[in-house]
Amino acid sequence: MAKTAKTGERSNPGQHDGFLGYRNFRWAWRAGALCVIAIAAYFLMDAEPRPNGGSVFGYAAGTIAALLVLWLTLLGLRKRAITSGDWSLKAWVSAHVYLGLAVMVVATLHSGFQFGWNVHTLAYGLMVVVVVSGLFGITVYAILPRYLSRNRGETTQKQMLETLKALDRQINDAAQPLSEAQARVVQMSLDDSRVGGHLWRRLSGGHGGCGNRRALSRLSGLRRQATDVQVQMLDRIEELLQRKAAALAQVRRHLQIRAWLSVWLAVHVPTTIALIAAITAHVFSVFIYW
Amino acid sequence: MEGVHRIAILGSGPAGLSAAAHAAARGVSHILLEKSDHLSDTIFRYQRGKHIMATPSQLVVRADVSFEPGKRETILDTWSNEAAKHKVNVRYHAEVKSITGTRGNFSIALSDGSVVRAETIVLAIGTQGNPNLMSCEGGGLAHVQYQLDDPAEYVDEHICVVGGGDAGIENALGLIADRAQGNTVTLVNRGADFARAKEANAKALLAAQEAGHITLLTTAETTLIEPGWITVDTPEGATRFQCDRVIARLGSAPPRKFVESIGLEFTSAAREAFPKLSPTFESTVPGIYVIGALAGYPLIKHCINQGYDVVEYIGGAVDLKPADEPILEARLKGLPGNRSVAQWLEFLRQEIEILRGLSPLQMREFLLDSDVRAFQSGDVVFKRNSVGSSLFGIASGSVEVEVGAGKKRMTVPIPTGSIVGEVGLISGRPRGATVRAAEPTILLEIPRIAALRLMASVKEARDTVNRITTERQLLQMFGSGLTPADLTDVLETAEIRQVKTGEAIIREGEDGYDIFVVRSGSMVVEKEIGGKPVFLSYLPAGSYVGEMALVDGGRRSATVQAAIRSEVVRLDGDRFRALLKRKPELEEKLRADMADRRKVNGYIEEQKGKFGDVVDMYSAVADFLVDQGIGEATDVLLIDETLCIGCDNCEKACADVHDGLSRLDREAGRTYAHLHVPTSCRHCEHPYCMTDCPPNAIHRGPDGEVFIDETCIGCGNCQRNCPYDVIRMDSRPPKKPDLISWLLFGVGPGPGEPDKAWRAKNKTKGAEPPKVAIKCDMCIGKAGGPACVRACPTGAAIRVSPEEFLTVKRMNRGD
Repeated sequence: MAKTAKTGERSNPGQHDGFLGYRNFRWAWRAGALCVIAIAAYFLMDAEPRPNGGSVFGYAAGTIAALLVLWLTLLGLRKRAITSGDWSLKAWVSAHVYLGLAVMVVATLHSGFQFGWNVHTLAYGLMVVVVVSGLFGITVYAILPRYLSRNRGETTQKQMLETLKALDRQINDAAQPLSEAQARVVQMSLDDSRVGGHLWRRLSGGHGGCGNRRALSRLSGLRRQATDVQVQMLDRIEELLQRKAAALAQVRRHLQIRAWLSVWLAVHVPTTIALIAAITAHVFSVFIYW
Repeated sequence: MEGVHRIAILGSGPAGLSAAAHAAARGVSHILLEKSDHLSDTIFRYQRGKHIMATPSQLVVRADVSFEPGKRETILDTWSNEAAKHKVNVRYHAEVKSITGTRGNFSIALSDGSVVRAETIVLAIGTQGNPNLMSCEGGGLAHVQYQLDDPAEYVDEHICVVGGGDAGIENALGLIADRAQGNTVTLVNRGADFARAKEANAKALLAAQEAGHITLLTTAETTLIEPGWITVDTPEGATRFQCDRVIARLGSAPPRKFVESIGLEFTSAAREAFPKLSPTFESTVPGIYVIGALAGYPLIKHCINQGYDVVEYIGGAVDLKPADEPILEARLKGLPGNRSVAQWLEFLRQEIEILRGLSPLQMREFLLDSDVRAFQSGDVVFKRNSVGSSLFGIASGSVEVEVGAGKKRMTVPIPTGSIVGEVGLISGRPRGATVRAAEPTILLEIPRIAALRLMASVKEARDTVNRITTERQLLQMFGSGLTPADLTDVLETAEIRQVKTGEAIIREGEDGYDIFVVRSGSMVVEKEIGGKPVFLSYLPAGSYVGEMALVDGGRRSATVQAAIRSEVVRLDGDRFRALLKRKPELEEKLRADMADRRKVNGYIEEQKGKFGDVVDMYSAVADFLVDQGIGEATDVLLIDETLCIGCDNCEKACADVHDGLSRLDREAGRTYAHLHVPTSCRHCEHPYCMTDCPPNAIHRGPDGEVFIDETCIGCGNCQRNCPYDVIRMDSRPPKKPDLISWLLFGVGPGPGEPDKAWRAKNKTKGAEPPKVAIKCDMCIGKAGGPACVRACPTGAAIRVSPEEFLTVKRMNRGD
């Protein structure tokens, strides 16, 4: 495929198009053509007694689909080995997306719509999972980046975390003169306002029982029993806690979007490895036991 | 009083020490005067463990002190041992107050009141100057220091930093960087704000104050220092607080004043000028010699050789071949003419107009930087659109410049003595025309830095280059069969003007019909539509503006202002009109250009009527990019954040292509309308980083890339000079295991820049690799082009040049 770069395939640093629309949907057209040819051949080459993987068309389609799967897997290597050659990862991703979708069509035709409880259908099922997770990936790639950009503005992730640390320090300093009961409330914010955490928490962005939020909600209660001087200090604390709430919201949203942008890979990649294993079993069993 | 020494040497740096060592080795009576209590104070003040490099690498050291690249400590130890071995007569704590007398009988008054007498004097005092001292009572106490080697050394101390310049702020921030050290730091500043410091430093300082990590006393003056305490006068009254250590960073007095006070003349009043010197380093005061950085040679190797040479000259040597003679001989070998090095120097100086103001010594230095090349008739000197910023002087023969293209192509001859290539030098843009040798020709190729230094120090050279540049730029820009003779009238009143960023040269609605030519920098054209200024177009160096009012009459139709500090040539409108009358072809060309510009303006106005928001967005994005310094960029990395998934593959690829160090920070930088300008080199037309590079290690490559070569000595000047913070100082990390072993077995840190922990664990024992300056080189020489763009999976990263990007074509994209 795009391994040895031709002139047209060169990375053009100034070319401004996304991976989906790369060079006027070049790979969409090519993948589409592959599908059309495969469908036409399926109907033209009338296999007896019914379309199946063992016919001439079946072997051809199966070989093409298997080779495509192997090539598509190579993207994982390609994106990490940048140094030599003059190919562009955008072109690879574009081809990966459209040829990956085409695999679905070619492999389905290869099956001749024969499904059962066996290793062959297992391979098919895994492929469907891979393609569907990939489709999900394309969707989040198309939608989420602008939200990521909007949420972070010009702040880097490192700066967001540093802001939190700085606020914690200021809250800690401001809380020193408070009474023990008051300080305990402020301590909630310092002790228990985590960001990140396990996958589900990151994906949902919800941090139920966030210490900062609890501290804020208790603040008005504290104020009722406080002296005038303490009220002033609590006002300062409240301002800091509000700022921390905003900072927490930003960084949690940031991590949430990033989690959605990568969570599908946790399905896509392991399933691909399972798929390759299943394809290997499928091919071996076909040649040895059929 | 002691006897009269044959030579007194002021300053014990590499130059002075080498001179003293050679005098000692030759048995000449001498004295080495050093103001501090150790040798070589400038290098002594380098950070502990700093690696010192030896450049230029081809230069051999000929002296009685040795010099190999290595650690600061090793080098200082070697020099101390060698000074002792040669029995150099050093006098420490000898600060010179004044020098009187003449050759054979100089009196050197020291600050302790004693007088040293000598027949000749060698000034090797460098350019660092003396740090300004605390003048208040107690300023001489032992706990008052004027430098800070290693902030990590001080623990649990009350420290007072005096001085709100960069040095003071950086020291103060260093002392509080690690809170675990427990230092209580106060910074005393005489002014109300920190205007002298870099904005980033001032901001960091104020942030530290807000966080309560440091106390700032502004509009404050130290009045008394006592052991353990300091008293500072503030607007609220005097305050006395605990202080175990005072670090005073009050700047330094440049040595020029002192040098002039003993009667030496400088080549010019310019800040970068050096003392006037003869080929034997003798100044305008007979008997006083100047060597080293003060003479204009900041590199250690040069200094050491000059120390040897100057003692030889004082001893009466006349045919001493400088240590760089073999380099020049090799460089001039094989050229026609069969001249000696001295003859070549004289020949070039006589023949090439702009070099006539140089002294033989300057000429020698100049030739070390430059290259003499012979061309046969028809050989290409450089091609149109190639990148190059060197200047060529024609020593013999002549060249032809090919102007225009196709049928209109013609050649312009340029005779002996003149120069070519000056447009690239001034504007930093690609070459505007192809130049060939018209006959067997000898050219002197002068690199940009050397040419700029020449223009800065020799007025005649500057005027000549400016005159020729303007004339050629006009000829090339207007074409139309103009000849230099046609332009004489216009050029007579042409005026070169510096324009500050944002300053307008033409205002919409005003009267006037002068023509402006952008010589360097760039301009933006804006027009007020519906009460808002709308961005119309971008004018890079080498374009002209103002023709509409001139040709059609009427008022100015748009405002033209500088996108970045620029230089324009103003041509008088009346004289230019007279020229148009004489040359109808020129008027035709102007009208054709004008029609194009009108079309763009008309299109934008029409769009504005229909889709106001689109135009506003286009205009706002253009303004944002110009604010981000795109106006002086030649190639800049942009990230379309509607596509960026934040995978940082661009940074990883950058690190993997460049020895494991990334030259780009994707997340940092400004963003507008999802268009992000990351912290990454813009390859400026006139790179700030190039302005002060002692080994001249920063160059422009064949595709316009500004890169740093391996001769970098790690001084950090470029990092400080870059206004975009895109240069970092770092050492090369250890080599990583290959990708497959990481992928399959988890060996090594994986793609991208290895983290600090892995680097520390895997570094080779003993050898600390030197820290050098690192910046984007646009993946120079890599077939695929910039790795950041190639490695972007979604197409978010693009590299653009401003003239391509800032056009109306963008408007149709609708983003």
